Amino acid sequence: MSVFINKDTTLVVQGITGRDGSFHTKQMIEYGTRVVAGVTPGKGGQKFEGTVPVYNTVADAVQATGANTSVIYVPPMFAADAIIEAADAGVQLIVAITEGVPVLDMTRVYPYVKEKGARLLGPNCPGLISPGESKVGIIPGRICAPGPVGVVSRSGTLTYEIVYQLTRAGIGQTTCVGIGGDPINGTNFIDALAAFEKDPATKVICMMGEIGGTDEQEAAEFVKQHMTKPVVGFIAGQTAPPGRRMGHAGAIISGSAGTAAEKLQAFRDAGMGVAKRPIDFVDLVKARLH
Amino acid sequence: MNIHEYQAKDILRAIGAPIPPGEIATTPDEAEAIASRIGKMVVVKAQVHAGGRGKAGGVKLAKTPAEAREKAQAILGMQIKGLTVEKVLVTEAADIASEAYVGIILDRASKKPVFMVSPAGGIDIEEVAATTPEKILKLPIDTRYGLMPFQAMRLGFFLYDDLAKARAAAKIMGQLYTAFMQSGCSLAEINPLVVTPTGDVIAVDAKMVIDDNELDRRPAIAALRDESAEAPSEVQARNANLTFIKLDGNVGCVVNGAGLAMATMDLVKYYGGEPANFLDIGGSSNPEKVVNALRIITADPRVKAILFNIFGGITRTDDVANGIVTATKENPLKVPIVIRLTGTNEEIAMKILTENGFSASSDMDEAVKKAVALATGGQAA
Repeated sequence: MSVFINKDTTLVVQGITGRDGSFHTKQMIEYGTRVVAGVTPGKGGQKFEGTVPVYNTVADAVQATGANTSVIYVPPMFAADAIIEAADAGVQLIVAITEGVPVLDMTRVYPYVKEKGARLLGPNCPGLISPGESKVGIIPGRICAPGPVGVVSRSGTLTYEIVYQLTRAGIGQTTCVGIGGDPINGTNFIDALAAFEKDPATKVICMMGEIGGTDEQEAAEFVKQHMTKPVVGFIAGQTAPPGRRMGHAGAIISGSAGTAAEKLQAFRDAGMGVAKRPIDFVDLVKARLH
Repeated sequence: MNIHEYQAKDILRAIGAPIPPGEIATTPDEAEAIASRIGKMVVVKAQVHAGGRGKAGGVKLAKTPAEAREKAQAILGMQIKGLTVEKVLVTEAADIASEAYVGIILDRASKKPVFMVSPAGGIDIEEVAATTPEKILKLPIDTRYGLMPFQAMRLGFFLYDDLAKARAAAKIMGQLYTAFMQSGCSLAEINPLVVTPTGDVIAVDAKMVIDDNELDRRPAIAALRDESAEAPSEVQARNANLTFIKLDGNVGCVVNGAGLAMATMDLVKYYGGEPANFLDIGGSSNPEKVVNALRIITADPRVKAILFNIFGGITRTDDVANGIVTATKENPLKVPIVIRLTGTNEEIAMKILTENGFSASSDMDEAVKKAVALATGGQAA
């Protein structure tokens, strides 16, 4: 079992012929993801790698293939349009990998997607992977293994680091979800936690947050009120200075709000396990699996 | 990206917002000339990207052009929060009957720009929010519809009971919202919004922060960047497409990915060291980026050890290894280097490094411990 994507996920790739889009489409196909269509305006009628049909619009792709999920690799200035196009075409899950999307664009995109009843993951996220079933995005497949742990994170490489350490310790994952590092994103920690709570195969959840905003504090409150499964948390940016954007657009301490200390305290108050170092996840998860 | 007060005022003035006349000066002579042109009492204001300019002595009243010259002389070149004042704004001094706060922030929780207005203006709005939250009206705006006239009036009436003043304020709200959207802001503030003794409503100070992601499509706004107001190492890093933030420690960090970069800094601290910087070389693994990263980090004499932490997903670790070899051939290192890399093409990377006299490990904790020991022990490589 898994959350958000599984072996029945049928994927359309927006920006399939671009540099990043083509590279990662090959990786997804290799992993076993059912890539049923690609979209690049003006290249409709072509076949990607001789197998995946390319369409001019997402509407055409969905009509022809019934794709239920989309992944977006278009440049930042076109990402808002691409997300709305996917939602408009009736795609249920839209995964926006693109980094650098203007935040004001997201203020229009978010309510549109919500009103359409679709789920958006990202932007500026690595996507998600349900090991052994499907991968949508850029998370390296070989560092994951099937198992009982749900992973949700605002980061990319930090997630790989922790997932890799879990896998090496013999702990596999149901689904690893990267919600992305932007201040306005489609799916937050609570959405992912709620999905893991409902997924019978997920036994323990690992949550990797970072400085900035209050998403982690709200997630901790959700854990306290609604979760029966154990959650282990980590916050990156304990040494980050206030007022500086630490790479991710959302990773910024404003005044005295959004610090690591405040978030870690919220985790402790919610009875969550707290990993001080990435490697600590291994023992904390092991203790909660048995 | 931060822009200066005078730049934010220029943007607002172009939209028609009522702002007292003022010009920028880089010398006392210019300040005197501007004050003469204005022909009234002026304020000389330091233009730096730091709050608390007034408290630091960077804002002074001047009754005559000669006095404006004197004040400019004192303010130009002064340090405010580590930043040197290169420019002053010389602007007409306003007569103040009352002060209010008007701001728009891009709010993560509501996923909208949110207006914040308060009749308690001229001071720190965070303080007002903490102590007297009832004095602040927060109003989220749906950017698909924009600021509706009734919303602008509601904001105006929250500040002023008088219809004429509420209308004047509402008009300024609309202008600030237009500036916010047209410039791609994450924050725009008028603080204070002033009512003069004659009943005019005017903007006396303005601040704007631009979302960096907007700059590609707004070249006119991008051109407002003042590199002299930033740390040289950060300018150099940005021009090399690296995300770099200078810190106070002595362990120089080179990492791929923002989350891992923060976690690496935290781990340095955990093992008793202090990170010298945040540096994310990003997802693509162009060896040139590694060369630039090393150049920037080694320029800081406080750095006593360099730590590479690379998790190869999209990033190919062999590219990073090649970058390290190239960079150190060009510029031999004077401090020890600790390399941790794992993931894509790890075997090739290890081979490249070993052949060139470097050692590398695949364990993050071991590498961080070693870098901290080298930095605190001060041993040479």
